[in-house]
Amino acid sequence: MGMPRALFYYTYYPLWKAFVEALGAEAVSSGPTNKETLDAGIRETVNDACIPIKLYHGHVLDLKDRVDYLFVPRLVSPGGSYTYCPKFLGLPDMIRHAGMELPPLIDTRLNLRGLPGGLNRFLRATAAALDFRNPFTQARAMRHALKQYALYQELLLGGLHPQRVFEALERGASLEELKGEALAAPPDRPAEEGLRVALLGYPYIVFDPFVSADVYHRLKHMGAAVLTTEQVPASAMRRMSRVLPQNCFWHYSNRVCWAALYYIERKAVDGIIHLTAYACGPDAMVDKILELEAKKAKLPYLTLTIDEHTGTGGVQTRIEAFVDMLQARQEKRLKEAAS
Amino acid sequence: MKIGYGHMGTLTMVVELLLEELGHEPVVPHRPTRQTLALGAKYAPEFACIPFKIVLGTYLECLERGADTLLSGGGYGPCRAGMYGEVHGRILRDLGYNPQVIFLFPPLIKPYHFFKKVSLLKGRCSWFHLARAIRKAWTKLTFLDQMELLSQTKRPRELTRGATSKAFERGLTYLHQAKSLNEIIEAGHAALAELDQVPVDPAADPLKVGIIGEIYVQLEPFANHYIEETLGHLGVEVRRSIYLTSYTRHDVLSTKGDMSSRSLAMPYLNQKIGGHGQNSVGDVIRYAKLGYNGVVQLAPFSCIPEIVAKSLMPYLSKKYGIPVLTLFIDEQTGPTGIQTRLEAFVDLMEQRRAQTREGARMQTGSAV
Ligand code: SF4
Ligand code: SF4
Repeated sequence: MGMPRALFYYTYYPLWKAFVEALGAEAVSSGPTNKETLDAGIRETVNDACIPIKLYHGHVLDLKDRVDYLFVPRLVSPGGSYTYCPKFLGLPDMIRHAGMELPPLIDTRLNLRGLPGGLNRFLRATAAALDFRNPFTQARAMRHALKQYALYQELLLGGLHPQRVFEALERGASLEELKGEALAAPPDRPAEEGLRVALLGYPYIVFDPFVSADVYHRLKHMGAAVLTTEQVPASAMRRMSRVLPQNCFWHYSNRVCWAALYYIERKAVDGIIHLTAYACGPDAMVDKILELEAKKAKLPYLTLTIDEHTGTGGVQTRIEAFVDMLQARQEKRLKEAAS
Repeated sequence: MKIGYGHMGTLTMVVELLLEELGHEPVVPHRPTRQTLALGAKYAPEFACIPFKIVLGTYLECLERGADTLLSGGGYGPCRAGMYGEVHGRILRDLGYNPQVIFLFPPLIKPYHFFKKVSLLKGRCSWFHLARAIRKAWTKLTFLDQMELLSQTKRPRELTRGATSKAFERGLTYLHQAKSLNEIIEAGHAALAELDQVPVDPAADPLKVGIIGEIYVQLEPFANHYIEETLGHLGVEVRRSIYLTSYTRHDVLSTKGDMSSRSLAMPYLNQKIGGHGQNSVGDVIRYAKLGYNGVVQLAPFSCIPEIVAKSLMPYLSKKYGIPVLTLFIDEQTGPTGIQTRLEAFVDLMEQRRAQTREGARMQTGSAV
């Protein structure tokens, strides 16, 4: 079963892989994003789509001749009154009618709204679509997969880069081995020394080194600690969801807003960078909310918009300037505190 | 309260009537202009959809003219329209204005919320009074829709170019002045009569085109660069997938949306995606089945549901044999660009029609 390395892959891959393999099938990922994936994706999609959607098409093309099934689930709701971006809702239809020659699609619907056990139902439906109908096999695979998933979330919370996890999984290593690398406690206190930057955005942009021009590691190389949406504990997310007068409708967008509020409230960061895709619908709203919240908190704020032509050079200069500015601010603050 | 609100085609006049009836002082928005858009675009996020920018511009104009309250409406997710009020409010406050923003969600989705907001608007008027005001507004709305339909039929057939649009404008002033129910009915009939009297060419044989897509750009002529008029003058009879009365019935007073087009869309897009994305898919099929010559899909640039719908268009267009032109609109879109694309599209449809007719004649010919 093929899993395109884009969009919700970053959230769910370890879960799905563990599940499919425990059933007795094989999970195949597309390769990491590169120039070809992106170009192929651009060729296949309407030019008005955002990059992540184009990339998804690119990854589908990369996989399609290597697999018997393509896993293109329809993510509808993460629970509550929230949904995913409308493009996620229409994803299987977009893929199916894009005019590519494809192996059969498995487009199980993930809807965690309403009755509990939505994730289990989703997994069972997926198993059934792959023709694994034995309920005991299903249950066993599910238990195993959910455990792996919990572990994965723990690793992300500890600040591990998802790609690091994926690499380990590809090597055949178990997630347990990575635990040593994760930080024990979430870094939520103000930094005494060294810079801390919140790098916020959708996981499928922030953690894709190719499209994001690897801002994540660039910041690290400049000596800043990088905090992402994944390092905010679930309980804190829930608390933050009650802060804004009106939340967004979209899951990933909310996570970005709530993470920003959390880091601002904790005074845990020296600045915020919002990484957003050109012409992303939801982000037009998110970006404004973040900008105004950062302004209120007097925190430096930078929006980095990525598109097909984002040169690495331009990004480098912009974040260098931003980090320099943060450093100057910090030095000034330390001096004031000392005197 | 001095209430400002967004401009959306003929709805503007109806909202004015409602607010007046409830004893408020409406700050009636002017038709948006290039300045309005520029003003909105200046303060709106870059990738906000164009309705957001135009409405923001309109709000700023209303505030300048003394409005202290803003009335906003919009679907409740999953699309951005549901957040308009919130984000508009934030932007305006950041600019130093402090209007009260009344945000109306569709009544059936958030009944209590809606009730509270309506009570607020209603003020001291009785519920009976409110009901009467709504009845008046509805009558006006019905007439306005009929006028639009009639003008769409007349325009491609008119003998003097522009006569229909002039008659339509005159009709609008009649209706605008009418305040009591009787006056409204009288004015409505007079307006329809005006349109009726526009002389037409009985031999005209216009193409038929369905306009589909996002609601604001369909209904606000400024946003779509007066596409109905442009097409009409190119000799095309248009129909829109959304008229105000049908919208009210399908999307405001029900939670389901227009089931006829949504069920047509099911085999291709089996999921509600917000906005009118699913409708757009179904509407193409509907117009194809009704034998229309083509479909124009209108959408704001970066409009999420319409992008999803558009990605299915090549497939649908081929399958159902109907040409589809998609126009994504942003503040850089110029009227000339649209004009050229429409002209090319009309040529294409003419050719196709000529071909099919030719084909049909040959067939009957050989049968004889
Ligand atoms: S949230 Fe933005 S980037 Fe993600 S799929 Fe939707 S439009 Fe694209
Ligand atoms: S339907 Fe399109 S134009 Fe309307 S709010 Fe949504 S994205 Fe904007």
